[in-house]
Amino acid sequence: MASDNLPSEFDVVILGTGLTESIIASACSRVGQKVLHIDRRNYYSSKWAGFNFNSLLSWIEEYKSQQGSQSTEDEAEWRKTLEDGEEVLPLSADDSFITNLEVSCYASLEAEEEVKENEEATETLSPAAPSPTEPEEETKGKGEGESSPDVTQETTTSGETQHTQEDGGCGVQEEGASQDAGQSEEIEQKEQQEDTTAGPPSSAKEVKKKKITYADLVKEGRRFNIDLVSKLIYSRGSLVDLLIQSKVSRYTEFKIVTRILTYRQGRVEQVPCSRADVFASKQLTMVEKRMLMKFLTFCLDFEQHPEEYQEVSDQPFWEFLQTKKLTENLQHFVLHSIAMVTKETCTEDGLKATQHFLRCLGRYGNTPFLFPLYGLGEIPQCFCRMSAVFGGIYCLRHSVQCLVVDKETNGCKAVIDTQGQRISCSHFVVEDSFVRQRWKNTEEGHISRAVLITDRSVLPADSDQQISLLTAPPLEPGGPAVHVVELCSSSMTCMPGTFLVHLTCSSKGTAREDLESLIAQMFYVPPSPGEELAEGDERSGRPTVMWAMYFNMLDISRMDGSNGFDLPSNVHVCTGPDVNLGCDYSVKLAEKIFRQLLPEEEFCPPAPDPEDIIYEGVAPQGEGSGFEENPKTEGSPLQSEADGLENHPESEKEAAEVEAPIQETPKEALKEDASPSEE
Amino acid sequence: MHGRVKLKSTAQQEEEKRKEREKKLKIYVATRDACFNKRKEGAMDDEALQLTQQLLSANPDFATLWNYRREILMHLETVKEEDEVQKQFDAELVFLETCLRVNPKSYGCWYHRGWVCGRQPKPNWTRELSLCDECLARDDRNFHCWDYRRMVVKESGVPVDQELQFTDRLIGSNFSNYSSWHYRSTLLPLLHPQSPDLPVTCPKSSTNSPPNSPHTHSHRVCEEQLLKEYELVQNAFFTDPNDQSAWFYYRWLLGRAEREEMISCVYMSREGERVVVAFSRPAQAVGLMLLLDGKMQKVEWRSAPPSVRHSPVWICEFPPGTISDINNEHNLTVHWTEKYTKRECALYTGRAESWCRDTATDQELFRSELSVEKTSVLQSELQSCNQLMELEPENKWCLLTIILLMRALDPLGYEKETLAHFQKLKEVDSMRSSYYSDLCSKFMIENTILKMEYAEVRVFSISEKNLSTLCHLDQLLLVTHMNLCSNQLSRIPPQFSMLQCLEVLEVDDNLIESLDGLSNLPKLEELSLKNNQISKISQLEPLASCPKLTRLDLRGNPITKTDNIPAELSELLPSVTDLML
Repeated sequence: MASDNLPSEFDVVILGTGLTESIIASACSRVGQKVLHIDRRNYYSSKWAGFNFNSLLSWIEEYKSQQGSQSTEDEAEWRKTLEDGEEVLPLSADDSFITNLEVSCYASLEAEEEVKENEEATETLSPAAPSPTEPEEETKGKGEGESSPDVTQETTTSGETQHTQEDGGCGVQEEGASQDAGQSEEIEQKEQQEDTTAGPPSSAKEVKKKKITYADLVKEGRRFNIDLVSKLIYSRGSLVDLLIQSKVSRYTEFKIVTRILTYRQGRVEQVPCSRADVFASKQLTMVEKRMLMKFLTFCLDFEQHPEEYQEVSDQPFWEFLQTKKLTENLQHFVLHSIAMVTKETCTEDGLKATQHFLRCLGRYGNTPFLFPLYGLGEIPQCFCRMSAVFGGIYCLRHSVQCLVVDKETNGCKAVIDTQGQRISCSHFVVEDSFVRQRWKNTEEGHISRAVLITDRSVLPADSDQQISLLTAPPLEPGGPAVHVVELCSSSMTCMPGTFLVHLTCSSKGTAREDLESLIAQMFYVPPSPGEELAEGDERSGRPTVMWAMYFNMLDISRMDGSNGFDLPSNVHVCTGPDVNLGCDYSVKLAEKIFRQLLPEEEFCPPAPDPEDIIYEGVAPQGEGSGFEENPKTEGSPLQSEADGLENHPESEKEAAEVEAPIQETPKEALKEDASPSEE
Repeated sequence: MHGRVKLKSTAQQEEEKRKEREKKLKIYVATRDACFNKRKEGAMDDEALQLTQQLLSANPDFATLWNYRREILMHLETVKEEDEVQKQFDAELVFLETCLRVNPKSYGCWYHRGWVCGRQPKPNWTRELSLCDECLARDDRNFHCWDYRRMVVKESGVPVDQELQFTDRLIGSNFSNYSSWHYRSTLLPLLHPQSPDLPVTCPKSSTNSPPNSPHTHSHRVCEEQLLKEYELVQNAFFTDPNDQSAWFYYRWLLGRAEREEMISCVYMSREGERVVVAFSRPAQAVGLMLLLDGKMQKVEWRSAPPSVRHSPVWICEFPPGTISDINNEHNLTVHWTEKYTKRECALYTGRAESWCRDTATDQELFRSELSVEKTSVLQSELQSCNQLMELEPENKWCLLTIILLMRALDPLGYEKETLAHFQKLKEVDSMRSSYYSDLCSKFMIENTILKMEYAEVRVFSISEKNLSTLCHLDQLLLVTHMNLCSNQLSRIPPQFSMLQCLEVLEVDDNLIESLDGLSNLPKLEELSLKNNQISKISQLEPLASCPKLTRLDLRGNPITKTDNIPAELSELLPSVTDLML
């Protein structure tokens, strides 16, 4: 096995490939730490993983069969390596974080013949798409063709490869900087693939006309990327800052969330939140427009007007809104969809939440949110890739069975991996689910999740390619508000003609108990697979659910890092993800842990450009010498020749580059600063 | 530290970059020289195209090279088949697109693109339109693209309604971009013109032109569409009342029809045997013909103030003895051949003077900076604005618009509110307080003129109104007595010499330093300048041209402190017999 070659000394060993762990891995590698990053699972991103439909089904099977099973702990060779004064601290063998998993299929399980017809239809639509029976083909095609499937799986960190579930064992591959070129190629390929799959819109409609069956879902399963965690990225949040600052953003692309919706009095409505939205809104009266804009403008710099809120800053935000002459309509919008807080939230927090929302507006588009193409599961992998570029060593299906602790200092000296190898390290970073038995207290919460595949949007619009965030207020007082993220096929998370809907709330009961009634109100859930609604049924405008999954995810984010665990001081626990919409909790935790690890070092400084890296024995790569690369050379006659014409009288902002996909990359150079009140 | 990625040092990087730049520069200079040489030799070949392309893609604002390219392309037109020419031009457009990607605001590129499309045998305007759309989506204020787009629209005959939808879209995405609103204002009158045969239902709010006027060419929009536009623009200024684009568009909607050029007044006086003609707008005296009792009179026209090409008031004198005899009756016809219009005026026996005019009240002259619309529409607009003002009491745009609406509706009735709003405006927008003072003065003068004419007197009195400027003097042609006491005036402007009938002027308690306008006033007898800022004898020089001035009150001016002033004054103004110092 390749793991025989695993070095036995590292600075940092990280178990778990979730967002926090991956950020720490890249931050440590970036400043020259020797990092071993491993995960017991056969896919990246741990709790943050995204699966295509087929591998999700296998994952569910695996999950179900795993329950109750205990791995046997064999007294083995490694015990001999223990020295005096060392003791062993075993990690949990059961690292499951999912409970109450339920899957239901509502799509029609139609007869073969019709299915075949559909197959033909979709086949002709996307000839480039690989047939599901040959998953390896694609992997080979896009990765390094000559390497074995094993290695490919381990070296590529892109979203697709994790779904090729062929048995690869624990292939280890040192990913050096030289890999970088190959990886960027891969990104290009990914882009191309996007082009082809995003395809002509007509094809999506064609598919839509035919009823999509379960067989279609399975057949087109590779087009899905179903995340276990559903979050969005605030365009001025800590994750975007980190992606830009560290230049990890070069590894992925983003879509803008196009709409903010709300659910009110049984209807889905669009929430006007940007200046352009308010202007165009037909739901609001003139006076409401003014009141809303006035209130939002106040929120943007509410600290400057303490007289407006200070006396009531501890009072509920809800009551504050009522004193602000906002109509009921507007109160609803602000509370649930803009601030996204509950009626109990205090005024100051409500104002802060509103302010954050507003500050994020207009940076990349008309809503404050970005969503990564191919799903949220991409993001941890991007950080893993950065770590690998800087020498981090990656190994999936590989875990740590116990820690070696120095009794005297109560510090972790080494870990014993699942192969029985003793690997020494100065720090051990671990995903919370591996150390559950070390909790000091039991302040545990759960997140209720549902994932639906539907046939149409909850609010059809001119374009069916919308990514929407809907915040549904609690159905009953005291209940949880539900975040609903509806993804369209151009986000590369579902097949054309379908929508992927993520519902998330903090748990009161099981996921089904928490979310079922909202789903029943907003969607049509067929009583039996494929059953259609009668003409004129009041539910006829609603999206039909074709497939649904419910589960609860453990949430111990309140324990705030390692403080809640009985562990050696150089063992750092990555708790989370939390239930909030943004990713800020996990990013901040990563930075906090990094500061504990390496207080002297900079956190994720900008990665150098590939051409500035010196490769041993490799001549530096020259840049292309064409004029196209850098047309305006300082001090060249280019300028003087043009001076007579360069007299631009206009004062408008610099035009964005014509070609760049402006709305999809969080790069500062492309940022558009247009907050609602600015001009 | 071990394991760290080795990086080139900053110096290393800069050295590399410098070398790279040097290399590029060398290539560039060499290519440029090669190009110039080829042009000198008159070469019109593909190589020349290639060389210029290489240079221009690096520097799209190299005008000489674009010229050279055009020369080559024009040459190719003569030697190639049409199909090939089309292809050549298509290639040129593709090349231009790459240039625009580098610099979307290159004058050279946009100009050349227009030239190519204009010359191409079969231009593809649809593609050009979508190129513009893409450019404007990136930067909706790229005026190069706006310009180019106008050209494309004109050439390709895009239907106006489609263009209106285009502005809908742009305004929807950013209503602060005035380009879109402006474009809309050019399209609406084409698409929804005010129906010409629609009877003017409310004569009070009719246009400023007399009812029988032959050409009522207003760039107005039909009422139905107008109401929709009001709603659209209100959405914008209720969303963001501080954005001026919407307010400017709103002003345009509320609109003001231009006054038609016409003779507004003819005045004749036996004394001095003078004729004064006033026009509705400043005009040249070209084509003015005088028929006295059916006989053409040859006269010399002079403007008031003197030596102005375009003036609203023109003066002439008949040869002595023509109309001086008070026992004769005369009929005067003034023909304005330029505008095919005329005015008649009869001077009866025993009368010293006579006139014929439209009164300001007839013409609704000052009813509005805004105009035309039905009172009910304006009334409801005023309500909307008042509603906004309640929410935004300090918004200057809203205040100003309310003032204009009030003036359009009932200038005298709203006078008190108007003054209060002006006061508020000066407070909230102190940077422009002088502008508001002048505007307020104008409105006060208009109101005073209206009051004067309702009373049918020739006395104009406007004291203690904080006037900072004088205007509409052409409307005061017939005034004999004027009281401007206790204002903030600092000068008597040159236009004051239009007041050809003025006999008595009181300007006490102002800040007057200059009397430029008090010249050539044939009837001025009394001038009271108490408590002003006259400090030098030279400031009084214009008065020397007023032959009848006999009474002058200079009390309370610095000049009275000067030695020897009575002697100097009697030398300068010998006709003044009643001097008060």
